[in-house]
Amino acid sequence: MTTTVEAMHGGHAGHDTPRGATPPVFHVTDDHAHEGASTALGFWIYLMSDCLIFAVLFATYGVLGTSYAAGPTPKELFDLKLVALNTSMLLFSSITYGFAMLAMEKGRTAQTQGWLAITLLFGLAFLGIELFEFAHMIHEGAGPWRSAFLSSFFTLVGTHGLHVTFGSVWLVTLMVQVARRGLIPANRRRLMCLSMFWHFLDVIWIGVFTFVYLMGALR
Amino acid sequence: MSTHAHSDHHADHGHGHGGHGHDDHGHPAGAHGTFGSYMIGFVLSVILTVIPFWLVMNGTLDNTTTTAVILALAVVQIIVHMVYFLHMNGRVEGGWSMLAMIFTVIVVVIMFAGSLWVMYHLNANMMPGHDMSKMP
Amino acid sequence: MLETLTTFLFGRLSLESFPYHEPIVVATFFAVMLGGIALVAALSYFKLWGYLWKEWFTTVDHKRIGIMYMILGLIMLLRGFADAIMMRAQQAIAFNGSEGYLNSHHFDQVFTAHGVIMIFFVAMPFVTGLMNYVVPLQIGARDVSFPFLNNFSFWMTVGGAVLIMASLFIGEFARTGWLAYPPLSGLEASPDVGVDYYIWALQVAGVGTTLSGINLICTIVKMRAPGMTMMKMPVFTWTSLCTNVLIVASFPILTAVLVLLSLDRYAGTHFFTNDMGGNPMMYVNLIWIWGHPEVYILILPCFGIFSEVTSTFTGKKLFGYTSMVYATVVITILSYLVWLHHFFTMGSGASVNSFFGITTMIISIPTGAKIFNWLFTMYRGRIRFELPMMWTIAFMLTFVIGGMTGVLLAVPPADFVLHNSLFLIAHFHNVIIGGVLFGLFAGIYYWWPKAFGFRLDPFWGKMSFWFWVIGFYFAFMPLYVLGLMGVTRRLRVFEDPSLQIWFQIAAFGAVLIALGIGSFLIQIAVSVLKRKQLVDVTGDPWEGRTLEWATSSPPPDYNFAFTPVIHDNDAWWDMKKRGYARPLEGFRPIHMPSNTGTGIILAGLSTALGFALIWHIWWLAALSFIGLLAVAINHTFNYNRDFHIPVDEVVATENERTRLLSGQV
Repeated sequence: MTTTVEAMHGGHAGHDTPRGATPPVFHVTDDHAHEGASTALGFWIYLMSDCLIFAVLFATYGVLGTSYAAGPTPKELFDLKLVALNTSMLLFSSITYGFAMLAMEKGRTAQTQGWLAITLLFGLAFLGIELFEFAHMIHEGAGPWRSAFLSSFFTLVGTHGLHVTFGSVWLVTLMVQVARRGLIPANRRRLMCLSMFWHFLDVIWIGVFTFVYLMGALR
Repeated sequence: MSTHAHSDHHADHGHGHGGHGHDDHGHPAGAHGTFGSYMIGFVLSVILTVIPFWLVMNGTLDNTTTTAVILALAVVQIIVHMVYFLHMNGRVEGGWSMLAMIFTVIVVVIMFAGSLWVMYHLNANMMPGHDMSKMP
Repeated sequence: MLETLTTFLFGRLSLESFPYHEPIVVATFFAVMLGGIALVAALSYFKLWGYLWKEWFTTVDHKRIGIMYMILGLIMLLRGFADAIMMRAQQAIAFNGSEGYLNSHHFDQVFTAHGVIMIFFVAMPFVTGLMNYVVPLQIGARDVSFPFLNNFSFWMTVGGAVLIMASLFIGEFARTGWLAYPPLSGLEASPDVGVDYYIWALQVAGVGTTLSGINLICTIVKMRAPGMTMMKMPVFTWTSLCTNVLIVASFPILTAVLVLLSLDRYAGTHFFTNDMGGNPMMYVNLIWIWGHPEVYILILPCFGIFSEVTSTFTGKKLFGYTSMVYATVVITILSYLVWLHHFFTMGSGASVNSFFGITTMIISIPTGAKIFNWLFTMYRGRIRFELPMMWTIAFMLTFVIGGMTGVLLAVPPADFVLHNSLFLIAHFHNVIIGGVLFGLFAGIYYWWPKAFGFRLDPFWGKMSFWFWVIGFYFAFMPLYVLGLMGVTRRLRVFEDPSLQIWFQIAAFGAVLIALGIGSFLIQIAVSVLKRKQLVDVTGDPWEGRTLEWATSSPPPDYNFAFTPVIHDNDAWWDMKKRGYARPLEGFRPIHMPSNTGTGIILAGLSTALGFALIWHIWWLAALSFIGLLAVAINHTFNYNRDFHIPVDEVVATENERTRLLSGQV
């Protein structure tokens, strides 16, 4: 937070004034109100809290993930090729969002919007594939009600998917807002927050494909 | 530098650019990336994704080794994402981002490891058919 | 056909859902209705709706939001205490074949509601309210980092409270105890709406709490006045920082666990069921990973209050500032390593139990260090026995007893005897009442003049104090005895007549506490009536040491006309000692955030969503959910969220203060 402290007489923040000298300055007269100074940190801390929600879901999967209740097992259900495709969709969406941020920093609105749109497409592709996978599993009788393993699988992966869905809605909203007002500081802050969110979701996905899909296929 | 339309009621000028010169309101992911850094991150991520998938789908190594390798590579890829995509370092937000993340990681590790440890013992002792005289 | 229509429209809500067979509930309903109508009539007659909406409901001012939290906490204290009195009465008479006056269907709801209300809707709002009010002032800021979110958080807490209160008159509440363990809380054992009320009330309020945590962390990290380094912050601000870190790092766990429970109840999943691979023990494990940090969330701010009060009313700098800070941080981290002590008896075995027993004993050490620091502060000080100091001394004696019984319970073999006995109940009430509640009363008395411009009446304050302290001992010491004798918690009827005397003593204690609460309410009424005599003109009635005492009482909307510059700990004391002169001119327009109604609307929609989900009114659930999204997204299209207080207004306000101050000799 930058503020200007006027004319420091006889004292300087942090040092003691000798007794009898002019009293130190106790107030700032040239205040800048700092719009959005806390936004980035605040959003980061929110992401840390979201991390904890996922941690609970991972822990639950860790504890209940082998309780098949004589039902379908990961090996029988997981199509690793599909998961690989999904993973690449999300990874590509991360890099395209990165490109959108680079364009934003250069102030190129149209380019930013373009990369955002591509990111959205990759995100929607990810969601579509995931929904297809879920529908297929349910069709096979392997829905979340079948066993504790499946309950925790659907909840962990589904929660991640829900986050991607919300991120996509947010992305569209931001594209509208950038179209209307351009890359003003407020919109840049928001794009920055969505960037953190989007990359964070990719980080969580690393955990998901490793811990759920790959390790599941190994059992 | 870049264009910025003046929004209404801005008592300050020139502040509020993402990560521009002032660390305290960059994204904690403080500074911006460059094209180069994003590409490095991307390529590393691809490699760190392909290897685990390949290992599991091909069954080259035994299960225990594979598990260890893919978990280790996952951790590395997470760090790659943190550094190259989220621009995480100890200076962002005056070090608070890093501190927040470290604290979160500690809590997650405690919670995760603790739960697995506790639940393993509970299950071993409390699930039916268990011989109580052999409780650990 | 008609039935399908009513089921669609009303879900499982029906005429049977209204407890018109229950005389106590019906009587309560009429009392509430009468009171409510009287209130609405009065507000309409005095044309206060506009004022309330503009100045209070839509405010983003942390001071007003803080006051509203306190009002919420007070109202819910009355409800939670009513539950307590009902339990004490039941347990005092249910001997020698008497069933008492409460059947188990009700008794179980009463003890569940008592716990949920006291923790989530009394202690949390009180603590959040004080932190909200005081922290920005203590760090020399004008508001919190996210004023709109602050307003929204408050209304979400209210939303949760509304759902709890609604459960009294529409349907019923959970009968599972305040933590709702499955399988009892699962669909099979509790198919009724009670557990659903529990879940959604906590989810709605939980969102508010988590956001508030993020808000206060950012405020403390980013908005401190220049010169206020971390180690120059007041201790209350330090404890608030650690509390909010705990909030952000624990409430998501509660949220996730309740989601899993609700999935079991709504979607047929098998997280905590007895069959198909579910594991109810996992719920207990997860919920206590949240539950233990939660109790530190409640106590840490109160430790901060005691630090401020002790140094102010002893006229001395707090002894061992650095060790206080370290102790607080250590407690924050260690609180994640003890959770299993809440279920030693669930069967994890000796190795696991010993680990957690040891960590539990270790965590008592930093708290002990704090007690010594307070004592050393008092040593050779000039103690003024104003009420906050009285509460502090009562805390030190009472909390230490409770802490010691806690260390006793930390020993697993001892806990095997005492788990879920009345000994446990006595222990946690000992630390919560002796620690949290006494701290809150100290804080309320201490900061009341700052918030309202007049002190609280000391006579009625002392009445309240003595009734509470003596009442507490009468109410809870017998429970230690009963617990050691083997009496289990949550029992409704007893066979052994020799136990009755202890319950009767406890009931007497509850009556004393009721008088304490009554005295507190009288204190407020009397103080309002006598406010001119109790007025605080200087803004610094206690010879305070921290920055909030530099402002007028109450502070202006903008808190500080000029942001202060800090040079040392106890910043205000430092300023007074070094010849600080309040600036009388050179004021400028001040940038402030605008009020907004979006917070209360979003919270209202969330409450409607919760209600709809509880009663399976799916169309209402869908509509409120879509409404939530629409309003939230629409809100983000408003970029116009602030304004400037014009210079003349600042000048007028500051001149008024100058006039007040110069009227003092």
